[in-house]
Amino acid sequence: MTELLNIENLHARVEEKEILKGLSLKVNAGEVHAIMGPNGSGKSTLASVLAGKPGYEITEGSVNFQGEDLLEFEAEERAQKGIFLGFQYPVEIPGVNSMYFLRTALNAQRKARGEEELDGIDFMDFIQDKLELLDMNTEFLKRPVNVGFSGGEKKRHETLQMCALNPTLALLDETDSGLDIDALQIVSRGVNAMRGEGKAIVLITHYQRLLDYIEPDFVHVLKDGQIIKSGDKTLATELEKEGYSGLTNETTAA
Amino acid sequence: MNTAAKMPTPPADNVINKDTQLDKTYKYGFSSDIEMDYAPKGLNEDIVRLISEKKGEPEWMLEWRLNAFRIWQNMVEPNWAKLGYPPIDYNDIYYYAAPKSQKEKPKSLDEVDPELLAVYEKLGIPLKEQEVLAGVEGTSNVAIDAVFDSVSVATTFKDKLAEMGVIFCPISEAIRDYPELVKKYLGTVVPQGDNFFAALNCAVFTDGSFVYIPKGVRCPMELSTYFRINARDTGQFERTLIIADDDSYVSYLEGCTAPQRDENQLHAAVVELVAMKNAEIKYSTVQNWYPGDENGKGGIYNFVTKRGTCKGERSKISWTQVETGSAVTWKYPSCILEGDYSVGEFYSVAVTNNCQQADTGTKMIHKGKNTSSTIISKGISAGRSNNTYRGLVHIFPEAENARNYTECDSLLMGNKCGAHTVPYIRAHNNTANLEHEATTSKISDEQLFYCRQRGLSEEDSVSLIVNGFAKDVMQQLPMEFAVEAQKLLGISLEGSVG
Repeated sequence: MTELLNIENLHARVEEKEILKGLSLKVNAGEVHAIMGPNGSGKSTLASVLAGKPGYEITEGSVNFQGEDLLEFEAEERAQKGIFLGFQYPVEIPGVNSMYFLRTALNAQRKARGEEELDGIDFMDFIQDKLELLDMNTEFLKRPVNVGFSGGEKKRHETLQMCALNPTLALLDETDSGLDIDALQIVSRGVNAMRGEGKAIVLITHYQRLLDYIEPDFVHVLKDGQIIKSGDKTLATELEKEGYSGLTNETTAA
Repeated sequence: MNTAAKMPTPPADNVINKDTQLDKTYKYGFSSDIEMDYAPKGLNEDIVRLISEKKGEPEWMLEWRLNAFRIWQNMVEPNWAKLGYPPIDYNDIYYYAAPKSQKEKPKSLDEVDPELLAVYEKLGIPLKEQEVLAGVEGTSNVAIDAVFDSVSVATTFKDKLAEMGVIFCPISEAIRDYPELVKKYLGTVVPQGDNFFAALNCAVFTDGSFVYIPKGVRCPMELSTYFRINARDTGQFERTLIIADDDSYVSYLEGCTAPQRDENQLHAAVVELVAMKNAEIKYSTVQNWYPGDENGKGGIYNFVTKRGTCKGERSKISWTQVETGSAVTWKYPSCILEGDYSVGEFYSVAVTNNCQQADTGTKMIHKGKNTSSTIISKGISAGRSNNTYRGLVHIFPEAENARNYTECDSLLMGNKCGAHTVPYIRAHNNTANLEHEATTSKISDEQLFYCRQRGLSEEDSVSLIVNGFAKDVMQQLPMEFAVEAQKLLGISLEGSVG
């Protein structure tokens, strides 16, 4: 197995408050990992730190991505290297339509990789099957980014961007939150289409529900800034029944 | 609204004599060594006479100038705008500077000093190419009048336009060749004593463009004037007069640049538009005069009076401006809606960065019945700049059923800039329907991170967000200008985040 991502003893703080307290995680190519945990355990912070969001201070530990020190790079460089973050709360950009936004992003990445940029016509050809996969149409692309989108539309739009940008490592932060079953199925279809050799997906989620549609290879429990338990998909079912509290007691005792 | 916090550190290197450096800061900052013919510095009746003589003007024009000069002498510089700048010494300015080789008017582009043409090429307007392209179908279709310091140096496509009866020429030429038209309209929209800067312009204006569109003619191409201040210590006082006769249409573009200089330069222009019955004038400006450096040294003082009268029924005047340059901008392109059912529009994007100050907006004067006006103003402030929208909507008692919609949006970058909105409304007829909306927002860190996570650089992210903010105005620009203007917004804000 090719190692894609290796996080070792990661400590991160925001405004003097330590959130990640020695987190370690290895992700190999071809794997899907689910990270579960209660509110405030550091799930979103982990996603933000990996994507290079400003405002976080790394005090200890390392993150290696495809043989490079990931923490050395700016957010846009990480994106260009193949890291995608599906946002829990996608941001509105008034006046910028989705098509222009997505094409600009795609071309920025292609340019950074020394590939030819796509013009408007090529882009429409390129995006067509991705739209179909997610039950979306070109009308959607004419709307300003996330402005007036419903919760489901926002998440489908995030998934569309992921499919278009075709990342090596996709970090999906609470992609399932606020979705009804139909939307959940559609989004899961997009994520499953992303699975493949050489790529990996890290799902951050509250609920086991998503994992009925996207089957993970590994499930990790994040609590108080550390991964306290790892297992296969049965761990998720267990958590759904028992909750996180029992688990904590167990580990603290151990 | 004014807040204070950390300001991005300006680049230490202020040297601007390298081409690469210019590209990053002010692309049009080069100056050209062209032999100039100057009138002595300072302002008095003799200078006014000299300018008139240099231009070979008839007696009536000289009298008109002298009258304006006497009015100006009794006026005081206005100080009501939210602008701060050291007093201007009006006697320390050259009021006339012309490239020497222009003394004998060139008959065609071939006779224009190649040095001058090179300057324009550097600015991105290859005049020669324009003429060559003229015969080719489907290519760029813009006629250009280029004004270099005080003199119009080249007007393209003149013959083609003449076939349709369109007059497009330097105003100095119009005064000689079409005195009746000039006499009839000059100063009718902006009277000589309208304001301090307009009066000054009337006395010393040196060149500018004149446009006449005859009845029923839809001008087949964009008309464009390119203004360039090149000479040191020179003021540019251009004067533009556009008349659209019944049932005609014209779209006019204006672009401006100036070299990078440490001292401030004065620019006081007057633009008058007259739209007759059913006529439409669309006037677009991309103003990119040198804005001064990061510390506010140098830059153009831009005091401009632009006004149009919708004289006839169902006439329309539309102003679109993208203001990114100048150290100080004082400018209120306005519409006087006299004709019933006439329409006035004002679309504006004003960007201020570093120490720039802009006080800009519009006046919509409703006199006719069922007149309507739209004002969309987008102000973007960064650095330590101040950006003020100042506008007046005035409904006269006789203006039944007048309508106005005003939208003023401000976007702030960083915590040391200011955005101010000063709308005045005078409604003297209770059938008026007036709407006003205003918003202030900031580029959020979340927006920037979202774009960067998708692979855009920080500066491309800012440019994307800002262009989205200004979209309603940008899409009013003619195609020829839109792409350039979009890039300009990004460039003007470079270094404003971080």
